[in-house]
Amino acid sequence: MLLISCPNCGSRDETEFHYGGQAHVAYPENPNALNDREWAEFLFYRDNTKGAFAERWLHSTGCRQWFNMLRDTVTYEIQAIYPMGTARPDAAPPAPESGTASTAPDSTTTGTAAPSIAATSIATSSAPASTTAPEGATK
Amino acid sequence: MAETAAPATTRQKDLSARVSPAAQLRSAFETGSLRGVVELAEVSFLTMVGLRVDRNSDAGQRIASVTGGLPAACGGVSGSGDTTVLWLGPAEFLVVAPMEAHESLGGDLIQALKEALAGGEGQVVDLSANRTTFELTGPRARAVLEKGCSLDLHPRVFKAGTALSTEIGNIPAILWKTRDDSYRIFPRASFADFLGRWLLDAMREYASPEVP
Ligand SMILES: [Zn+2]
Repeated sequence: MLLISCPNCGSRDETEFHYGGQAHVAYPENPNALNDREWAEFLFYRDNTKGAFAERWLHSTGCRQWFNMLRDTVTYEIQAIYPMGTARPDAAPPAPESGTASTAPDSTTTGTAAPSIAATSIATSSAPASTTAPEGATK
Repeated sequence: MAETAAPATTRQKDLSARVSPAAQLRSAFETGSLRGVVELAEVSFLTMVGLRVDRNSDAGQRIASVTGGLPAACGGVSGSGDTTVLWLGPAEFLVVAPMEAHESLGGDLIQALKEALAGGEGQVVDLSANRTTFELTGPRARAVLEKGCSLDLHPRVFKAGTALSTEIGNIPAILWKTRDDSYRIFPRASFADFLGRWLLDAMREYASPEVP
């Protein structure tokens, strides 16, 4: 059983949560412009990553809020938890010079993007973004 | 068209006709309770109101002035007098008040909340029939809950005056520690029978003499 740290509630059993699939799958700018294949890829095609995978979770029997999680699909290690709408935190290792907008391996607008490799070499930027756990919420 | 003659009597409220979600377990709760050890009872027909509002908005502050505050974070409980507000989510709260606060019995709580929300963003919904209330008390109450709740219920962590939305006996429920050794559990009505029997089963071992 995973112990998942909800950003609102602190650590809770996995059974309190629902899985929401791959994160950062953006809705197409203009769905009408897509052909059938592109639309199918948006709807159904997801990465099948071995390693760090960004996914959505819902604390369904707690605060009923969604959040994102970066989880290793091999070890189940939870590397980061971060709010909906924010970029995947592991991104590429910070480029040494200048703050070039580091585009995260945010694969997915149309689903064809390459799976994020380098999963194992990610310098775990995992300050688990959990806020302080409230009274009674920690195991 | 034939007029159907409406009975001229004013509609009397027959409160004895109401059936609470765990009414069928009342005698089982009585026989299963162990005085001074662990006791279980259903508290029927409490008034409950679901609130959806940003507590920092104007509407949130108007509502807070009716309820006596809105809790700020997970576990939080606020309120004044016998009206209590439990934190369910960042913008979601549950008001728990005595039965008499319900408008069907002449109470004005729900109306007051609706007026406080006014045109503001949010919801005030009467959820009184959504859940029932179990009261589990006694020095063994924590041990009973620990059989089916993975939260740390030790008093140094789970303090009186805290309420958490979680799972008990594998079903979703809200657990409110009202005092030391005293818990209110809010299962949804359809889970009341299951959870009532589950708790009775968990309590049963304490009826037997302790094995040394
Ligand atoms: Zn939560």
